[in-house]
Amino acid sequence: MRRTPRDTEATSRNFTRRALLMTGAMGAMMSALGVRMHTLGVRQAGEFELLAEENRVNIQLVPPARGLIFDRNAKPLAANEQNYRVVMTKEGAGDTELVLNRLSHVIPLTADDLERVRKDIKRNSSFVPITVADRLSWEDFSKVALNAPALPGVTPEVGLSRSYPRDIDLAHVMGYVGPVSEKDLESLENPDPLLRIPDFQIGKIGVEKWMEDTLRGTAGTKRLEVNSVGRVMRELERIEGDPGADLTLTIDADVQNFVQARLGIESAACVVMDVRNGDIIAAVSSPSFDPNLFVRGISFGDYNVLTENDHRPLANKSVQGAYPPGSTFKIVTALAGLKDGQITPEYKARCIGFVESNGTRFHCWKAGGHGSVSLPKSLAESCDVFYYEIAQKVGIEKIALMARELGLGVRHDLPMSAITEGNIPTKAWKQERYKKDWVIGDTINASIGQGYVLTSPLQLAVMTARVASGTQVIPRLIKAIDGKPVDIAPVLPLEIDPEHLRVVREGLVDVVNSEHGTAKASKIVDETLTFAGKTGTSQVRNISAAERETGVVTNDNLPWEKRDHALFVGYAPAENPRYAVAVVVEHGGGGSAVAAPIARDAILRALSDGVPPLTAYPESQRGRMESLLKALVLRRADGTFPEGDKA
Amino acid sequence: MSFLEYRLKSVPTGVSKIFYLNWALFLVVTAVAAIGWLMLYSIAGGDIETWAEPQMKRYAAGFVISLAVALTPIWFWRNMSLLGYGLTFVLLLIVEFFGTVGMGAQRWIDLGFMRLQPSELMKVTLVMMLAAYYDWLDDKRISRPLWVLVPVLLIIVPTVLVLMQPNLGTSVMLIIAGAAVMFAAGVSWWYFGAVALIGGAAVASVFFTRGTPWQFLHDYQYKRIDTFLDPSADPLGAGYNIIQAKIALGSGGWTGKGFMQGTQSRLNFLPEKHTDFIFTTLGEEFGFVGAFALLILYTLILVFLIWAAIQNKDRFSQLFIIGIAANFFLYIAVNLSMVMGMAPVVGVPLPFLSYGGSATLVLLLAFGLVQSAIVHRPR
Repeated sequence: MRRTPRDTEATSRNFTRRALLMTGAMGAMMSALGVRMHTLGVRQAGEFELLAEENRVNIQLVPPARGLIFDRNAKPLAANEQNYRVVMTKEGAGDTELVLNRLSHVIPLTADDLERVRKDIKRNSSFVPITVADRLSWEDFSKVALNAPALPGVTPEVGLSRSYPRDIDLAHVMGYVGPVSEKDLESLENPDPLLRIPDFQIGKIGVEKWMEDTLRGTAGTKRLEVNSVGRVMRELERIEGDPGADLTLTIDADVQNFVQARLGIESAACVVMDVRNGDIIAAVSSPSFDPNLFVRGISFGDYNVLTENDHRPLANKSVQGAYPPGSTFKIVTALAGLKDGQITPEYKARCIGFVESNGTRFHCWKAGGHGSVSLPKSLAESCDVFYYEIAQKVGIEKIALMARELGLGVRHDLPMSAITEGNIPTKAWKQERYKKDWVIGDTINASIGQGYVLTSPLQLAVMTARVASGTQVIPRLIKAIDGKPVDIAPVLPLEIDPEHLRVVREGLVDVVNSEHGTAKASKIVDETLTFAGKTGTSQVRNISAAERETGVVTNDNLPWEKRDHALFVGYAPAENPRYAVAVVVEHGGGGSAVAAPIARDAILRALSDGVPPLTAYPESQRGRMESLLKALVLRRADGTFPEGDKA
Repeated sequence: MSFLEYRLKSVPTGVSKIFYLNWALFLVVTAVAAIGWLMLYSIAGGDIETWAEPQMKRYAAGFVISLAVALTPIWFWRNMSLLGYGLTFVLLLIVEFFGTVGMGAQRWIDLGFMRLQPSELMKVTLVMMLAAYYDWLDDKRISRPLWVLVPVLLIIVPTVLVLMQPNLGTSVMLIIAGAAVMFAAGVSWWYFGAVALIGGAAVASVFFTRGTPWQFLHDYQYKRIDTFLDPSADPLGAGYNIIQAKIALGSGGWTGKGFMQGTQSRLNFLPEKHTDFIFTTLGEEFGFVGAFALLILYTLILVFLIWAAIQNKDRFSQLFIIGIAANFFLYIAVNLSMVMGMAPVVGVPLPFLSYGGSATLVLLLAFGLVQSAIVHRPR
């Protein structure tokens, strides 16, 4: 193809011009790119450096070891047990089905376990360890370790988990730990970031809950370098946290165990307390449950068994149960009458079997009456009429004041759950609660601990301890934190004339030790350990006039839930009081027959260095007591049951 | 002006040809490739076998091919233009119907020893075809509508095929590189002006009709545009790549975190870090200095190419080289503006740096052709 040179020259010039134009455009773009590089890499560098660091570093909390809990003799009550578990990663296993199949031949795995593991594997990234089995025995654990070559991606691991070696004995006192729930987080204003760690456990009830802040400790942190999918590449830095503080409780685990066994299958509660400093030696609620079940995650079946039981194993009856105190309340009424000057220690009343007030008859438990009754005799024989008369003179307000002085109707602040305030009625209270005026009959009912009066076993123990010691002793459960003894609040004397206390104590000694005492069968014959106390039998139903005519139906002929509550409060030794005890047996029948023997055994156990010596019991009872005490399945010194069988 | 009008005797022959190659161009290209190998080594966490070694092997093979192409007379290649274009077009059709689906798009043919992306090859053969067309066409007809329609069809038809894969980045490059050759060949300004006007109007109407019943794009397509305009609006979705890339580049500062010290790439926050986003690792580890140095090297290559085009008196060579320069520029501009958050994410590799066979081989082939044009230029 021919072209004229001129054309060619023009074309070439045109090309050069246009090529240079394009060069200009390219140059402009390249400059723009350069400027952009400068903007990003130099001018905004600080901001992006921060973002890159945020990308790279993941700060994780290192959970601290939870504080341990011991009894007063340094026996472990809550421990952090080595938890042997087996975890597996998908990327390590490759063929997860094959590995799981092999694993199920090494350790027991249920179909449910396998299903859960499969689901977890599917849900998580391939490098996330999935827990296949938890709480393995050492044997199974070693088997997995031995078979490691055939189980790629499977790692045996040791973690810490809470355990309660005294299981059922202290379930109500200690409570248990469990995973943090949404509700737990909501209830806290500024929740500890630790609580957001998966699988972190906090106290749910009992000491574990109320001493949570002490037991938890503070989190450590580790700065981890992570990649884009969250896989940890390496640890950059680690700051250890502080483990939680260890607690020493005032509880004596062996006494607790004895009382728990002694209460047996009864729906009952028993509190043993040191009258000198308020130490709770035992606070037992029966029946109990195994808190370890809750730590592991209780099954629906097990949980239903606990909630459907009419003896309410989950309730902490020793502090939570509010019962009419029955005749044990006569101590309060007597002291109120003495303090108000309505009676003197020498005062005597006449009991003809009933009192009439406003046309209503209030009966003494003894048809026919007690005749002439002094104050000690009124306690010893539990004459009701004596108290009906005092109460009418003193009035409910003064009785209520005395009740509060002795620790009833007051919430004692112990680190336990659902502690009840009980109820000590006043005129204002009734007006407020029922919009009704207080009537004299209410006072008469209250004088013998019936009607609106409600108290917990703990409160009854405090009352007894105060009467026995003459001081405003305050109950306490925490003896030491991290080995440092907790200060005991200075104990003030009661604002009661010692002479008044003396005469009441005289009556309490007579209850157990006099010939007509209602609890004479529960005497302690060891002269240095004289037992004193007061029985109580509180009705849970009304006895109609018609029934009184035809004869009151005896407890044995009533269904369980309609029988009377049996109560006993007491202390020993009478001359130099050391321990106070309160026992409530729900629907147990009579206080003297059912509650008093338990109270005696409990206080004897606290006073002796082991199972109560038979010499403390009256000779006629020794044979029976020997077989009764022998039948109790008690723990050995190390906390385990003999031959591995459990009560 | 065609070769037949020059004295062929002045063209070097035989082995002496290698002295007439533009070795400086080869040197700079190899320097860029070497930076690529270094980055691939770093991204693999100090492992040469993962990416760096295969990439070096490919480069070596490509370089030998490039030399062979360079020593073959340019007029031979000009005569092959139509054949090359036709073959590439057939390959594009094959990909369309039998190709392997990768990353959600049909792009390559598995040849066993390598995966061939015909769309990459088309970038070179299209430019060759257009250069040959204008070499053949009488100057007076260049701006006549019928003779403008022919190259427009030559560009549009393969572009449509590439767009169907779908591969937006390469489609854009084919159109712009083709337009560049037409522009350099001397097609009247009016055509370009008209196209720019219509294009602008189209873009404007796409945006102004948004939200109305007669909007042009689907809602999800608008969403993609939004993501590009504001990546932080969708930090875990489509915006993630751009944000992480910017973080990597930005955190490099002046001199970077040091070789193999880039946390963004080492910890996998960067997407496609060894292919399209390789520049971010360079920016993170060598900072602004390193990134800018690369930009200088690229600019140097462009200058070499444009100089070679202007110097060359052969019309085919001129147009071909300027077309390759435009292509090369587009690779850089599209990739870098995407990585630096100035353009939407489209799959365009960074020449000689990104891991991958097709782009490297095709570029070396193109540079071989450029060298052939330089060696065999009329003197």
